[in-house]
Amino acid sequence: MNQPVKNGVMVYAEQEEGIVHPVSFELLGKGRELADRLNIELWSVLLGYRVRDKAETLIHYGADRVFLYDDQMLEEFDVVKYKHVLVELVREVAPQLFLIGATPLGRSLAPRIAAALNTGLTADCIDIQIDDRGEIVQIRPAFTGNIIAHIKTRSRPIMATVRYRVMKPLPRDNSRRGKIVERSPPKLPDTGLKFLGEVSTRSVNLAEADIIVSGGRGLKKKEDLNMLKELASLLGGVVGVSRPLVDDGWISKDHQVGFSGNTVKPKLYIACGVSGSPQHMAGMRDSEVIVAINIDRSAPIFRIADYGIVGDLYEVVPKLIEALKRLKENE
Amino acid sequence: MNSGLRIIVLIKQVPDIGKVKFNVEEGRIDRSSASLETNPFDLNALETAIQFKEHIGGYVTVVSMGPPQAESSLRDALARGADRAILLTDKFFAGADTLATSYTLATAIRKIGFFDLIICGEKTVDGDTGQVGPEVAEHLNIPHVAYVCEIRSATLDRLLVVSDMGDKYLIEVKLPALITVTKDINTPRLPTLRNVLKAKKANIEVWSADDLADYGELCRFGLQGSMTTVFKIVFPSEEGRRGLIFHGEDAVEKLVEVLRERGFIA
Repeated sequence: MNQPVKNGVMVYAEQEEGIVHPVSFELLGKGRELADRLNIELWSVLLGYRVRDKAETLIHYGADRVFLYDDQMLEEFDVVKYKHVLVELVREVAPQLFLIGATPLGRSLAPRIAAALNTGLTADCIDIQIDDRGEIVQIRPAFTGNIIAHIKTRSRPIMATVRYRVMKPLPRDNSRRGKIVERSPPKLPDTGLKFLGEVSTRSVNLAEADIIVSGGRGLKKKEDLNMLKELASLLGGVVGVSRPLVDDGWISKDHQVGFSGNTVKPKLYIACGVSGSPQHMAGMRDSEVIVAINIDRSAPIFRIADYGIVGDLYEVVPKLIEALKRLKENE
Repeated sequence: MNSGLRIIVLIKQVPDIGKVKFNVEEGRIDRSSASLETNPFDLNALETAIQFKEHIGGYVTVVSMGPPQAESSLRDALARGADRAILLTDKFFAGADTLATSYTLATAIRKIGFFDLIICGEKTVDGDTGQVGPEVAEHLNIPHVAYVCEIRSATLDRLLVVSDMGDKYLIEVKLPALITVTKDINTPRLPTLRNVLKAKKANIEVWSADDLADYGELCRFGLQGSMTTVFKIVFPSEEGRRGLIFHGEDAVEKLVEVLRERGFIA
């Protein structure tokens, strides 16, 4: 493994303030599977400042080789600086496939790299497969989630951003061995970008939630969200909403599920009074279990639901809360 | 051209996503089934530009690549306050992926010449990629800030913006630059009737591949310049979904039972 091996699978390890984004481990899991099938190495690249110990972690999650750029110049995520470093590395080591998490950061960074390399980039993939001809296929939703496109790329590296929570990470194995290749970033120009700090932290991270109780236009007034909050807290979940409720100023955008809000994939999604616009469903249709509570049997949400109750949410939800409370008391 | 910010807004005409029909058997999108409209996110981009123009002065050029009917989106943009409209239309532009699209747009921007700021919507409702903006910035070798949800201040040589990356960050960017904006940044205004009538008669410049020949490589346009191919379209399958509806007085009890069985209730 000391020979420079060409054309591996590269995974971008996203980190912020020294914390590796879990999508990176998921990509290493998928990358491992693909690299094994193609009989090539799995590589990862990590940029940041004082992140050296994280390189080891990437090996524990499946990487054979980690390219580490640990430099004060890379402390802040400056998309142009990061692009410079990654383009230089890709030109040198020439991976076949380059996977980046489809996080806001990844979706800002990946297109710049692809354009600089004049290579194809597929956004927001939900799967990467190898077909029977041995070719890499990227699979992604489009048209606000109404279709699933299968895409091939004729340039190298094939680049893709991959949605969070769709791939499975490997269990961490601290005995795994790999190689850390320490690099210095090239001289970076003034990019014109200056980071002046965080303005606000989101009040809830729906993308991470396992259970979401969500409300839509079926709710009559802002205060009625409290009912959903109570249901969510009994289940150990959080509250989501469809866009109109955010537009009306009932709750912050952090809670918005849908195409222009958050894409979520919880284990359980309970939609209360959500009719299911294409924009809303694009943000939650991959939830593991979907429960719909709606007064209108013809509401589109029922088409993607596992379980449903046709009824007034103002009757159903309080009953549900009551039933859950009873269960808790009997424990 | 008056003083102030020279702004270019990139827009795309898309089918009305709420109405478009999908032919599930044949695996194709029936684009004629829905009316066309300007990508909703692009209206926020245009509104951002118009507000700059009102506050610190400027000149707004709106550019779209698409079939000839995309002209109506450009006319709408003029009615909303843009000063100049350019349509990039040519069969050589067709079949473009985000790489070829962004290259073509960047080439047209080079032909336009001077600019201080390029504004795009964060993504389109049909492609959903959000890639074209940052790719254009790279082709033009300028910085970009994605997911801008607020403009804090603007001068003729720099902007102070808030970028919504989940958490929100304050970023200063030196011009020339590109920003992509979210829906939260503003509420797009409607054009006045007077301006709609005026825009009806306005001139829309139409540029073909030949018109761009001196500013870029023709082989990087359209299908030829595209590196990705969609070779199959399928529809999200809900087959695995049970679609079990609970009825009657004990519907809630039945639901609770199912949630228990599946381990959601301890």
